[in-house]
Amino acid sequence: MVGFLETVILKSVKERGGPVFRLNSVGELEKLRAEISEKRDTGKPCITTCLGTGCHAYASYDVYDALAEEIDARGLKEKIELRGTGCHGFCEQGPIVVIFPSEICYCRVQPEDAADILAALMEDKVVDRLLYEDPVSGQKYEREDEIPFYKNQNRLILGQNRLIDPQNIEDYFAQGGYKALAKALTDMTPEDVLAEVKKANLRGRGGGGFPAGVKWETTRQAPEKEKYVVVNADEGDPGAYMDRSLLEGNPHLVLEGLILGAYAIGAAEGFVYVRQEYPLAVDNLSRAVEQAQGYGLLGDNILGSGFNFRVRIKRGAGAFVSGESSALVSAIEGQVGEPRPKHINTAISGLWGKPTNLNNVETWANVPFIIERGADWFNGIGNEGNKGTKIFSLVGKVNNTGLVEVPMGIPLRKIIEDIGGGIPQGKKFKAVQTGGPSGGCIPEQHLDTPVDFDRLQELGSMMGSGGMIVMDENNCMVDVAKYFMNFLKDESCGKCTSCREGTKRMYEILEAITKGEGRAGDIELLEELAWVTEKTSLCALGQTAANPVLSTLRYFREEYEAHINEKRCPAKVCKALIRYTIDPEKCDGCGRCQRNCPEEAISGELKSPLVIDTDRCSRCGICLEVCRRDAVVVE
Amino acid sequence: MVNITIDGQQFQAAEGQNVLQAALDNGIEIPHLCYHENLSSYGGCRLCLVEITRGQRTTLTTSCTYPCLEGIVVRTDTPEVLKARRLVMELLLPLAPEAPQIQALAREMGISEQRFTEEEADNCIRCGLCTRACTEMVGAQAITFSGRGYRRAVESPFGEEAVDCIGCGTCVYICPTGCIEMLDRGTQRTLPKWKRTLELKKCTKCGWPYIPFAQIEFARQRGQEPPAADWFDLCPNCR
Repeated sequence: MVGFLETVILKSVKERGGPVFRLNSVGELEKLRAEISEKRDTGKPCITTCLGTGCHAYASYDVYDALAEEIDARGLKEKIELRGTGCHGFCEQGPIVVIFPSEICYCRVQPEDAADILAALMEDKVVDRLLYEDPVSGQKYEREDEIPFYKNQNRLILGQNRLIDPQNIEDYFAQGGYKALAKALTDMTPEDVLAEVKKANLRGRGGGGFPAGVKWETTRQAPEKEKYVVVNADEGDPGAYMDRSLLEGNPHLVLEGLILGAYAIGAAEGFVYVRQEYPLAVDNLSRAVEQAQGYGLLGDNILGSGFNFRVRIKRGAGAFVSGESSALVSAIEGQVGEPRPKHINTAISGLWGKPTNLNNVETWANVPFIIERGADWFNGIGNEGNKGTKIFSLVGKVNNTGLVEVPMGIPLRKIIEDIGGGIPQGKKFKAVQTGGPSGGCIPEQHLDTPVDFDRLQELGSMMGSGGMIVMDENNCMVDVAKYFMNFLKDESCGKCTSCREGTKRMYEILEAITKGEGRAGDIELLEELAWVTEKTSLCALGQTAANPVLSTLRYFREEYEAHINEKRCPAKVCKALIRYTIDPEKCDGCGRCQRNCPEEAISGELKSPLVIDTDRCSRCGICLEVCRRDAVVVE
Repeated sequence: MVNITIDGQQFQAAEGQNVLQAALDNGIEIPHLCYHENLSSYGGCRLCLVEITRGQRTTLTTSCTYPCLEGIVVRTDTPEVLKARRLVMELLLPLAPEAPQIQALAREMGISEQRFTEEEADNCIRCGLCTRACTEMVGAQAITFSGRGYRRAVESPFGEEAVDCIGCGTCVYICPTGCIEMLDRGTQRTLPKWKRTLELKKCTKCGWPYIPFAQIEFARQRGQEPPAADWFDLCPNCR
């Protein structure tokens, strides 16, 4: 019998796109897949526009609309398909347009380029000015996979993003979607699925790196019959957006992984805890859940197998700490997202005291591949103890910023230099911050370290969820530590004295140091506070909160000492410790700096060297930027 | 019952009982501020830190949240434990530097100078005893924590009058720093921190305005054994 809720859902799915019917068996799913493939004439060109958040910010929706109008105007609606996809990852070059099947990739496309793109497509030509040009070599690339940024990656999890309209389940079916689920439900017992994930050595991608299979088994074997599975999509690290792009760009992949997990563990209900600040992810995921329910891939008797599983979406209110497992459990239960003591793991006693298996978005997204292609195949990617790929969000002082997916164990240098294209403007690399706010900074001498869970930890940093912020010679490491400590002091839930007061005090000391008010003994005091915060806090946030201080102290202690003892900021960042002056030898008195100075701190006769009044100067650096003769000096 | 070892001495304790209570019951003093035997364990002040060995694993943890399990070995006085507690106390001290209980505890731990200062100390150490007492003992749930991190504070809902406060004063009595004021003037009781003012009922015999009408109403409606109709006519002294 179809209940009222199901009727409403079916109705809304119909309204949101295409006919919907329940798939009652694996055979029916495969039949549908064959029909979709047949319907899609593979010779027909398809123009895809990235509608992910990065490109959206560059107005990719306008580009999409312009392309649609142009196709309409030329009467090509039947001959060319237009598709909005998820994030391609090369956000630096957005909005990105890729044409299939030729895979010609256009970067930084504007709405007015639509006519040229269509004209070129009809004549089998390429719009040269929109091709990616390597900033170093100047070489141009036509195909997306030839671009060095993509060429050096292994885009296993993110790869489908560029092919799929995330709001259309048919696109996911066409890419082989729900094949793994079909396989599991027909050929595998729950024990088999669990054994396969264990054998694949899949480690949690949320940061901890705990073996997912072992965690699943704990929940499966817990005596309580009612069990839950949860997708942790409370991604909160500054600069990190891997999970966001996955949920926005390929929500069914995550859902399929979750359903497989529920099958293996024996859960009948699942939750996705996703940040409200990710509106597109919430929207696409909600549609995906509705569509999956409509097709009978969620709900009762999935694909006629007798397996029942439902998913509910819980939206988070924007607390970083809610990503911690016990805090997330509290938040889903409707309480304040605050960590609880967990002498008993959430895997055994989680939601409402029931066994609950939590995994990160990316971890779940790995599962369909493992089930479909097998653990042996998965074990062929990565290095010893760290199998599969990992997505990083590569940001900061690097030429190619964006989402990067690489096999685990490749050297940091390869990510930064080959994929990231090195440091802009020929500046010198200084450090890379990995692991988000609780991670640490890794200096040049360790750049050849393989990137995996264990090696990063040895260096005093961590994998975290995959944030990677590159810093050059113009970054002050005390300032960097201060930035992260500011974030952590605001995001500590405030329960434990050590974390609440410890982060606040460490921030105060760091702030004083950057203001030139550092005193002898400050470094030792920081170390003491770091120790107590790390040792005595309840959850991982507090236990790792000192990492930004400890790792910068470990590798850049002399910068702290310069600030404290010599009142000098070697990177020339800390405003209280620097002074702008004009070199009279170089200054020709053109007056550009004078006109642009917001503080009116620059004086002198035009056509003769100008002078900066240090007392009025706010150290904004505009004069330095506008000077054409490099006459402004920072000391 | 399970066997546990605290500082080399063997004890028997109820399984699942928290280690702090087991220690206190056996005369072993562990400093604590956010723990109360009639309230749920919170583990916020971090003063009751001890070192617990279970199997191969030794951790520094709060004894108020750790359950007594067979064979655990507890050390309450290792150099690391003492150092951690002292630092935590140093972090707590500036929040309520004038509170006698805090000063005494700091002295006991050998803290002679205050290394950190707070410009606007409100004397609240965020131990949460008041919120838990209000929720778990009284059942009124009138106050709660608000804010995150260093902005965390106990407040009335939305910083406005705590309309669910019945003026019973439990929060006032349980607060270790005395930062919650309760003022009785004439037939009015005010709790400025909760922006709450309540009318008091007078004892029919001696005329002492001794209990808020709201508390009587609460006891009648929500008390487990509603008192006799005339029970509140007389104050405790006259009953």
